[in-house]
Amino acid sequence: MGGRINMTRDYSNVISKIDGIAEKVYSDLEKAEIPSLQLSTRTKSNIRFDDNLNVWKYGKNKTERAASSLDGAYMLLRTMYMVDFIKDMIKQKKSSTLRETYYISEGWNLAKFSSQNESDLLAEDLEVITGCMREDFKLRPEEDGARVIGNLVVEEVTRNNTKKKIHCQDDVGDAGYGIPYNVEKDKLTFKQFDADFIIAIETGGMFDRLVENGFDTSSRAILVHLKGQPARSTRRFIKRLSEEKNLPVLVFTDCDPWSFRIYGSIAYGAIKTAHISEYLATPTAQYLGVTPSDIVNYKLPTDTLTTEDVNALKSELTDPRFEDEFWKHEIKLQLSIGKKSEQQALAKYGLDYVTDTYLPEKLAELGASKKPKSKKKT
Amino acid sequence: MDAQFLQENGGIILANNNAIAYDLAKKQKEISVAEFFERNKHILGFGNPTRALVTSVKEGVDNSLDACEEADILPEIYVEVKNPSEEECTIIIEDNGPGIIKQQIPHVFARLLYGSRFHAVRQSRGQQGIGISAVVLYGQLTTGKHAKITSKIEADRPAVVVELAMDTVKNRGEVINQDITHWDKPTGTRIEVNIIADYKRGKRFIYDYLQSTSIVNPHARITYKEADGSEHVFERTADILPKKSIDIQPHPYGVELGTLIKMAKETKSRKLASFLKTEFSSMGDRTANAVCEEAKLDRNMNPTDMTRDQFAALHNAFKKVKIMAPSTDCLSPIGETLIRRSLKSETQEISPEFIFTATRPSSVYSGNPFQVEVGIVYGGNLPKDKPIKILRFANRIPLLYQQGDCAITTAIESIDWRRYGLEQPSGNGIPIGPAIFLTHVASTQIPYTSESKEAIADVEAIENEIKLAFRECARKVQTHINKKVRRVKTREKFDLITKILPEIAKKSAHMLNKPVPALDKVITRIMDVVWIEDLVEYEKARGKQVQTKLDVNPQGEREGGWITKSTILVVNYKNKPQKFNLYSIIPKDAIVGTVKPKPAKITDTYIKWSLDNISPTNKVDIYYELAGLNKGDFDENDLYVENINPAYVIGADKWEGE
Repeated sequence: MGGRINMTRDYSNVISKIDGIAEKVYSDLEKAEIPSLQLSTRTKSNIRFDDNLNVWKYGKNKTERAASSLDGAYMLLRTMYMVDFIKDMIKQKKSSTLRETYYISEGWNLAKFSSQNESDLLAEDLEVITGCMREDFKLRPEEDGARVIGNLVVEEVTRNNTKKKIHCQDDVGDAGYGIPYNVEKDKLTFKQFDADFIIAIETGGMFDRLVENGFDTSSRAILVHLKGQPARSTRRFIKRLSEEKNLPVLVFTDCDPWSFRIYGSIAYGAIKTAHISEYLATPTAQYLGVTPSDIVNYKLPTDTLTTEDVNALKSELTDPRFEDEFWKHEIKLQLSIGKKSEQQALAKYGLDYVTDTYLPEKLAELGASKKPKSKKKT
Repeated sequence: MDAQFLQENGGIILANNNAIAYDLAKKQKEISVAEFFERNKHILGFGNPTRALVTSVKEGVDNSLDACEEADILPEIYVEVKNPSEEECTIIIEDNGPGIIKQQIPHVFARLLYGSRFHAVRQSRGQQGIGISAVVLYGQLTTGKHAKITSKIEADRPAVVVELAMDTVKNRGEVINQDITHWDKPTGTRIEVNIIADYKRGKRFIYDYLQSTSIVNPHARITYKEADGSEHVFERTADILPKKSIDIQPHPYGVELGTLIKMAKETKSRKLASFLKTEFSSMGDRTANAVCEEAKLDRNMNPTDMTRDQFAALHNAFKKVKIMAPSTDCLSPIGETLIRRSLKSETQEISPEFIFTATRPSSVYSGNPFQVEVGIVYGGNLPKDKPIKILRFANRIPLLYQQGDCAITTAIESIDWRRYGLEQPSGNGIPIGPAIFLTHVASTQIPYTSESKEAIADVEAIENEIKLAFRECARKVQTHINKKVRRVKTREKFDLITKILPEIAKKSAHMLNKPVPALDKVITRIMDVVWIEDLVEYEKARGKQVQTKLDVNPQGEREGGWITKSTILVVNYKNKPQKFNLYSIIPKDAIVGTVKPKPAKITDTYIKWSLDNISPTNKVDIYYELAGLNKGDFDENDLYVENINPAYVIGADKWEGE
């Protein structure tokens, strides 16, 4: 189970993968063995860098869910109910949100989920086992896709099955174009554009600042507001756009360990979704700022790191995705100054400082205009 | 000095001091027993106003219980305490006993050291005959008022009411007034006495005392009316009188040299050998001869001719010759079933998790037979972080004071309770936890630490027996807890296989459109045990009363008792067929009815089944009935297995033999 991600929706393949799970359980029972399922262990200790794909994937460690304990048995029962439910949805051409699935489980008696987190995790487990995506299971998340403003035309197949062209500056308001949950080629394609790079922005405040200051026009950038930890659709959008139109990606966030992880999920892949990293990650994305060095160099207003912040930074020191010199240096620096900063702190020097001074300086430093850097690990 | 003068006046001739000795001699006179105790009230338990109150009630109630039991009447005792003024209390104790004949009333109630039980060698509550008279005396001393005794000895005769005073010099009772009155009861005795006592402080002790008394006297019904009018009734939990203790002769080990000489002077036997055989217990021909031989005395010699040296040799011979322990007919222990029933009834509000009891076989100390019974009540609402409550009893009397000096406490403190799950800093001292420990010592001669009979003296033999009894009981507790823990763990797996696994099988089969696979083998793989569980139910029996072994004098026709029905389920969740023996322990006083399937053996302590060839995932249903028990006496089967690895079994322990 696992392997290359299937980009087009071939539901018959999905069904046979799902049946495969039921078959494993059934044949275990037939052989008078305690039924069990194996899946890759989804922790920091089991991710490794795949040289071919240039992203982080799960390693060899496996976790077993077996019916030899009460908890394991409940898990397997829920799995059976869930895959049966997915099969039904595919047959009936319906879909459901993850939250709806959680509520539907109320009618599954013993197999009821005790929290939504449980059902979300199970959906991810199924992705890992089968190599399919949630969307293949007809499961939609709640998450919001991000907003986009820039010189780019997208063509979207709308809900009434018509194709609609949208220019992400002329055809949208100040809030920009909203990325839908499905950003596959059957739903969304990229048409004309006129830009030099994509800049992914963590906070709405900074996104609005760049919009108000006309940064997309002045610097020929496509602005993408991440809305915090980016949704799969956002990451997928950025990846597709970057690769299809050969545009470098720069990530602009606050300066704290949680924001570093936002960058990580864009560039390297998230630990939770390592099985589909190559699908969602943009390995060439670079971190623009705010860095701890920036805090020092630009003398930005700061807050003190909390205990959780410090622990998160220390954890990142042992996260294989942050194992290069740049990150090691920056994280250690931050631990030593003991401070964090928001990206909007740049307003200290005036509302236009970020677009007039900071960003141009950083862009020059990165030589970001044209060439994507390769992030090969040693 | 005039010799005649001296002689006439009985003086001793001394050098020049004879006058002083004579003077001193004049002042010496006999002190009456009553006068002695008048000045030493604390010895009898009247040392302070709170104590005085409790002791007074105690003496009266003890008397009533003894009287009823001797007359084979199920005791109905009524205790009332009034508090007419701050310092003064009126105590009324009434019973349905046989009554006391008029002439004896002054002797029983107003004469110290007068009683029928002092000379008897058997278990009884009041041994010295001091009790109730001390109350009358105390009342008189402190309030100046006389006691009032009402007594009725025959149903168709009126009751006699006597106002009684005590002459402390003569140690005699004095009837101040006498009257006749009508009394509804067929027979009975009632005492009313006024004493100075601390009612506020003492009333709680009275309640505790009466409750404790009720626990160890399940055959008695006690009503307690307080000064504010509220009434408590301690109902009886047994309809049968305790086995009567029988008089036995003294045992050689317990007899002092002086007593031996006295006995020889008073005996009717002309020969030493027959003197030994008739006046002592455990003396048969062989033992008597062995003793004579050891003492180098002629078995045919006349006891009255013996010298002091010869008595001393005889006394020594007792110690050297092996003499059997005395028979225990003289004892009347409460019995495990009744202790349990009593405790259960009295601790209902606490809702304890479990109650366990243990009875030791009777034993001897210094020639006196004795027997120890214990009970442990655990859990429920009892406080977890306080020291355990200790209930002490001697000859069915609660011991309320001097807990620290008592052999029972010493025994409990010296056991390391930590291994039984109670807290106990450094492994000695009173343990801490949610438990009540009950101890009853029955004996023909309880060695009290003092005259007030509040604590048992530290006799090694008694202490040892108490420790053994508690260890036995604690082991039962441990076994029970272990069984529960293992069962909870296996119950989870049980849920797994009975509920969840079939669902998984159904779902996967449904998805693949295949038949549901058989789960037997997987079940045995997951469970991998032999599962045994039991259920006890009760059904009211109809018709004639059941004759039980406890009952010697049935109190008339009883409406039918209860049938205790046990169902035992044995399931083989191992992947190989199993064959083993199953034992279920039954109480000694139960009668076994139907048993299915046919057992291999039934004794008075267990039922044994030989279970043959139970295939994997198959079960055996066992059912049996017990009669002669009250509802709730037997509520859980104590199960054991033999010829199977006990680690495979949930719900039963290893059979260690009878």
